[in-house]
Amino acid sequence: MPRLSVWFIRCSFIYLFLGFTLGGIILANKGYPFAPWVWSLLPAHMEFLLLGWMVQLTMGVAFWILPRFRSGPPRGNIDLVWSAFVILNTGIVMVAVQPFISMTWLTQTGRILETISVLLFVFALWQRVKAIEV
Amino acid sequence: MPLLTRTFIKTALVYFMLALLLGILLSLHVSNSLFPVYIHLLVFGWLTQLIFGVVYWMFPKYSNQLPRGREALSWFTYGTLNIGLILRAIAEPLQASQASNLFGVLLVLSAILQWLSGVAFVANTWQRVKEK
Repeated sequence: MPRLSVWFIRCSFIYLFLGFTLGGIILANKGYPFAPWVWSLLPAHMEFLLLGWMVQLTMGVAFWILPRFRSGPPRGNIDLVWSAFVILNTGIVMVAVQPFISMTWLTQTGRILETISVLLFVFALWQRVKAIEV
Repeated sequence: MPLLTRTFIKTALVYFMLALLLGILLSLHVSNSLFPVYIHLLVFGWLTQLIFGVVYWMFPKYSNQLPRGREALSWFTYGTLNIGLILRAIAEPLQASQASNLFGVLLVLSAILQWLSGVAFVANTWQRVKEK
């Protein structure tokens, strides 16, 4: 497994832990309401689990396992995918913290960063989706 | 494919079917309090459980003696995930419609079990994510 996939996948595990922790607090609060502010954790819960866990795990495994190139760098432009990794995680954190610091621009900027990240990732991996013999 | 992976994936497929059936009920406006259950059957019971099963099967070996880590810990993940999710699917709509101490306790128990499933999965898989 390449180093970049290790980073993607271990980060996804961290988000899995954080997302499950926030989800557990929200669900427990439904059973025994102890703090109304718990509901403000919901955007972070969803962001951590959908983008942080599932999307990031998928990106890490795809970078690892898709067919490699026979000539040049075997997994294509690695710098581009490293950029996608950094930008994705910046975006996730911005969206997740927004409810706590009341800067609405954080959510929009975070979503834009997440989209840029995915575009970079798609651009970098597009040519690796191919028949093995090609 | 190891037994645990087959169990994870087949259980995930059952949740997939249940979630879509529940989606039909939701479209008929049977009960809006079922929406959180519908979402969690899909993303937790189906997608996350499918991922857990495939990761257990296909990720790099932990060691020659324990290629897939501690199997008992992975069965613990399976058990806590599913008991926690079933408790939630029962107690969450009931708590929304007729709140009681019993349903409250079941929801807290469900929250703890689901959290433990994630912790156990990460604990058993972390070291399998490694450079060649």
